[in-house]
Amino acid sequence: MATFLLKRLGLMVLTLFILSLIVFLAGQVLPGDPGRAILGNLASQSAVQSLDHTLGVDRPLITQYLSWIGGLLHGNLGESYTYQSPVAPFIGAALINSLKLAALAFVIVVPLSILGGVIAALYNGRSVDRIISVTGASLSTVPEFVSGIVLIVVFGVGLKWLPVTASAGAGASVGSQLDHLILPAITLVFVLFGYIARMARVGTIEALNSDYTRTAILKGLPRSTVIRRHVLRNSLLPTITVIATQTGYLIGGLVVVERLFNYQGIGNLIFKAATSKDFHMLEAGILVIGVVYAVATLIADLLLVALNPRLRAEVGQ
Amino acid sequence: MTDIASSPLEPSGTALGPTSVAAIAATARGTPAPWRLLARRPTFIVGTVILLFWIVCAIFGHAIAPYNPLAQQLLATNAAPSGAHWFGTDPLGRDVLSRVITGAGDILIISLLAVILATILGTALGLAMGYLGGAFDLISGRLVEAVLALPSIVIALLFVAAVGPSTTTLTILVGLVFTPLISRTVRAAVLAERQLDYLSAARLLGENRARIMFGEVLPNVVPAILVEFTVRLGYAVFTVATLSFLGLGIQPPTPDWGADIAANYVGLTAGYWWQVLFPALAIASLVIAVILIADSIEQVLAS
Amino acid sequence: MNSDLPAAASSPTAPSSADAPLALSVQHMDVTYRVRGQDRLALRDVSFSIERGESYGLVGESGSGKSTAALALVRYLPGNGRVSNGMISINGLDPLSMDKAALRDLRARTVSMVYQEPGRALNPSLRVGRQIAEVFGIAGQSSGDATASAEDMLRKVQISDPGRVMQRYPHELSGGMAQRAVIAMALAVSPSLLILDEPTTALDATVEAEVLDLVAALRSEFQTSVLFISHNLAVIAKMCDRVGVLYAGELLEQGPAREVFNNPRHPYTVGLLRCIPRRGQRKDTDRLDTIPGFLPTPGQSLTGCIFAPRCALVQDKCRTAEPPFFAVSDVRTSRCYFHEQAPDLPRATPASIPASGADRAGSADGAGEPLVVIEGLSKTFGGNVRALAGVDLSIQRGETLGLVGESGSGKTTLARVLLGLTGPDQGSVVTLNGTPLNPDAQRRPRAVLRALQIVFQNPDSALNRRHTVRALISRPLSRLAGLSGARLRARLEELITSVRLEDRHLPLRPSQLSGGLKQRVAIARAFAGGPEAVVCDEPTSALDVSVQAAILNLLADLQTTERVTYLFISHDLGLVRYLSDRIVVLYLGRVMEVGPSETVFAGPHHPYTEALFSAVPSLDGERPSRIRLTGEIPSAADPPSGCVFHTRCPRRLSTGICESTEPPLHEDEPGHLIRCHIPLSELRTLQRNDSVPSQGGSS
Repeated sequence: MATFLLKRLGLMVLTLFILSLIVFLAGQVLPGDPGRAILGNLASQSAVQSLDHTLGVDRPLITQYLSWIGGLLHGNLGESYTYQSPVAPFIGAALINSLKLAALAFVIVVPLSILGGVIAALYNGRSVDRIISVTGASLSTVPEFVSGIVLIVVFGVGLKWLPVTASAGAGASVGSQLDHLILPAITLVFVLFGYIARMARVGTIEALNSDYTRTAILKGLPRSTVIRRHVLRNSLLPTITVIATQTGYLIGGLVVVERLFNYQGIGNLIFKAATSKDFHMLEAGILVIGVVYAVATLIADLLLVALNPRLRAEVGQ
Repeated sequence: MTDIASSPLEPSGTALGPTSVAAIAATARGTPAPWRLLARRPTFIVGTVILLFWIVCAIFGHAIAPYNPLAQQLLATNAAPSGAHWFGTDPLGRDVLSRVITGAGDILIISLLAVILATILGTALGLAMGYLGGAFDLISGRLVEAVLALPSIVIALLFVAAVGPSTTTLTILVGLVFTPLISRTVRAAVLAERQLDYLSAARLLGENRARIMFGEVLPNVVPAILVEFTVRLGYAVFTVATLSFLGLGIQPPTPDWGADIAANYVGLTAGYWWQVLFPALAIASLVIAVILIADSIEQVLAS
Repeated sequence: MNSDLPAAASSPTAPSSADAPLALSVQHMDVTYRVRGQDRLALRDVSFSIERGESYGLVGESGSGKSTAALALVRYLPGNGRVSNGMISINGLDPLSMDKAALRDLRARTVSMVYQEPGRALNPSLRVGRQIAEVFGIAGQSSGDATASAEDMLRKVQISDPGRVMQRYPHELSGGMAQRAVIAMALAVSPSLLILDEPTTALDATVEAEVLDLVAALRSEFQTSVLFISHNLAVIAKMCDRVGVLYAGELLEQGPAREVFNNPRHPYTVGLLRCIPRRGQRKDTDRLDTIPGFLPTPGQSLTGCIFAPRCALVQDKCRTAEPPFFAVSDVRTSRCYFHEQAPDLPRATPASIPASGADRAGSADGAGEPLVVIEGLSKTFGGNVRALAGVDLSIQRGETLGLVGESGSGKTTLARVLLGLTGPDQGSVVTLNGTPLNPDAQRRPRAVLRALQIVFQNPDSALNRRHTVRALISRPLSRLAGLSGARLRARLEELITSVRLEDRHLPLRPSQLSGGLKQRVAIARAFAGGPEAVVCDEPTSALDVSVQAAILNLLADLQTTERVTYLFISHDLGLVRYLSDRIVVLYLGRVMEVGPSETVFAGPHHPYTEALFSAVPSLDGERPSRIRLTGEIPSAADPPSGCVFHTRCPRRLSTGICESTEPPLHEDEPGHLIRCHIPLSELRTLQRNDSVPSQGGSS
């Protein structure tokens, strides 16, 4: 078990390392001369060079990379050029906001989509199934700004039931915060429902068609017991992996939703950093997203091993 | 199955195979070619019709559109839909219908090219990873995982920030972002094929690895690739539209649905719903059309 | 002419006592499937019955509908299937008219089923004990009682240490143990009817023998009636009192098992039995008979006898009017107008081979240098799993060497090493014509690749489903034989003809061909380069018996004309005996015995060989010694010390030498090698006396 854990952690570290390389290369190498980019074409060469030196970008790449990584590991996420202050607090605050929104969306979408997927599987081939499947798939690929706008128009502007921005303002009560987060959360639910429901459906169909379900039915067990005790136990395991992979999206991929609803989450933060070419902020933000994703998939893998007896046995050897 | 029993008649899984001449012909006749099955499905028909409509718009947009999409009519700004302007006008007096029609071009071309690029690269990578395995698979696998750790929007943000938006950048970017996803699917399909004996038979003919990968494995993996291609096309449209919405995609004044929505959605509070609804419906219909096509292909291949 | 009156339409055996209901009664049952909008009959007018405590066998090849019959009885047909006609009565109850609750009750208390793959029949996420206790729970027992009853049941199916097995998950059980657990579940509440659908097909022979013995014992203890479904005639003969022969959805013949198999009275049954090699038949002197023609297309509408298109006794009457059941005797029926002439059914394939036997190149008399020599062959997987350990073997030119063994024996690994699909451990020597072979097939010169080819077991896996038949055979012709253009096409034609395929098959893909045809393509491919030796890895085990005979005949003919050597791997001892000149018995990666086929079969032989032969049911009657091995086949990762067979050997010596020292492979008789501490001469005495020693003895 310990070797498995170590191996898995090792893989995670390796992945994050490669990710950091990609981010670093994109951030430091591709844009060309940062000094020039910031000061513009009309600035003098000496001004550019001195800015470059201040930013430390005239050092060899490897040195830059190592000092950056070193800083990261010490908790120093770099300094934002735009705000002229450390990046970390911005990211911290933004991360907390993102987590709140993600949690709300998560709490709604996971039970809903699992239920939808399982029902679709139980009525496989019939209209209920087709409706759930096609609806889920369509909602998933309609871009969030489209569904977000529709929701805003209908519920925010038209019916005036809910606020159209996601930020409740500083010091707002929990209830008020929730109120503001509902519309964006529902937008997210639209996006994720189809994908998770589909995995739940596929897993359930496979379990329904298996030999052990046949055995259970032919034992004379009532259908509800068969589904509860035999089918679901096996069908929902793959769903765990899927849900974990969606966490990356839920944390960092919400750029559009956050902008639409004017919410100060990580997505919004890195968007602003990208447009203002504040590379330190951008890189740090992206890495944080990567770390969250990596940790989420690690937890999912561990959960899978814990819940699947066959994997437990393989791992234990 | 390695039991010892004399006179086995029929272990599991024998095909009930009628092979008299008539029977062969009947089977060959009786199972229609996949395309014909496809063409009968209502979801496929609906999806194709919508897609074809947008393709026509993409190619002939400027000829069909009633007005020049860039022409500003400052006397008719924010006009509601009417006989003169079926979809109304935007804050600069430009005809929304014309912009919707001509907006199809860029998004379709970029998405299509990007997915073609991603499919070619992803297939090659997936084939190599799945068949060659070993260190190559291990290292490429980590690379794929690293890229997949980030939502595609985030990667796009990173690179657009670094390199700047342009049609070419967008195409290459979206193509590269989708490559790992496709490679994963192809790799899984290849791994499934590796269990089968025909690959051993090919080795026993002295075939080299390239020939086996492309001549033996690839033909069997094509159905999976086809499904992936269509699904990714839907996501590509999604991604390009989103990037345009964020201002990182297709740049103004080229008509683009996402960009138009971004520019005009503040007008919703003033009640100018047509400026946002019609481009949104355009995006939604294109995406759904691709989804329907992908769904029907998958259904046909599954049977 | 039929002077017999047609039998009564209902089942031929009347219930013995008028008031006790039959365990099962099926009357004129039709089962229909709806496929693509069309109705197709899977079973037609099937009638049979089973009395209390009786065991009835349903025998058939693929497409016969035997599994469909089982599913219909418990109303578990797939969504598009239904019982469209007829009546079923289980213990006096009619499952077809029951509501859901009553059906559940029927399934819980009255009928149980056991299927082919025991591992898959159990829920992988629940402990075994819980799953068995579930059955008792439905019967109304409390949780604690149910658990105790479950453990009790495991003991009854001869699982030692049932407490521990209760706590295990299904993947932790071996095939045999899992099947016992499933049987325990099935018999838990003493059902009136136990349905077994190929329950032992996925198990090794020695394990199968134990499970079959268990079923027989439990049947008498629980007084359960049994419906035994199988394609294996010998197993049915052993386990069943009466038998029904199904063909393409119709019952063609019924009666007491022994009688039907010893004296069949339907042309199909006669043909079927002739397809199976019997004791004394040899490829040199006899060809197996085949059943010409093909199964009817599903959904084809038929008039007349369903077997008519393939029957050598057919006459006009057969094609126009479906024969009723004729009474062959009080207890037997046959659905044939000419059931009396059935035993004299003309052969489809001539019995003796046309060419002279002397023409065969190099029979196994050891003349000349061996073609293949293997010395000290070992293969270890993943550091500790020894699939092969120090195997020494030689294959003579022109002979057929039969390779026999259960799972874990290493026979497939041996073939793969020989072919270069897997590399052996250091120090292993594998030579062809005296030259060492490169462990990697892709590095071997073309001449070597030409010389060694293989026919795989499963043609669906072995043929690339996206290639046409033409491409599949042309490729080796160009790669190995170096042919092209007109010469290639000419040789292609020759090959096609030699495997009895036709031009019209060339543009087809494997999915459009039957199993038999696919295997012919695989054989043509193997012979395309003009090989010296062909490995046949279970070449017929994925095929129906009637098809198998044709393929075996083909292999035998090709050996004569092409002068090729075979390494014939099979679990089917009857086939091995028929085809092989010499036979090698492997156990846990080691050679246990090598010798001429008849000598090894007749005995005396290695105790493992003895147990193997006695485990396999045979149509030729029970073998004299009934050795039953206890326990499971040990794992190759942790083989027993000394002689690897000692843990299960019924003849283990009390001196302890079997546990401590591995016996060498020694040549006790010329050409007959054996790895046992007991010399052959002594084994001869022991085995002739038919005494089974008490230590390590059978259960």
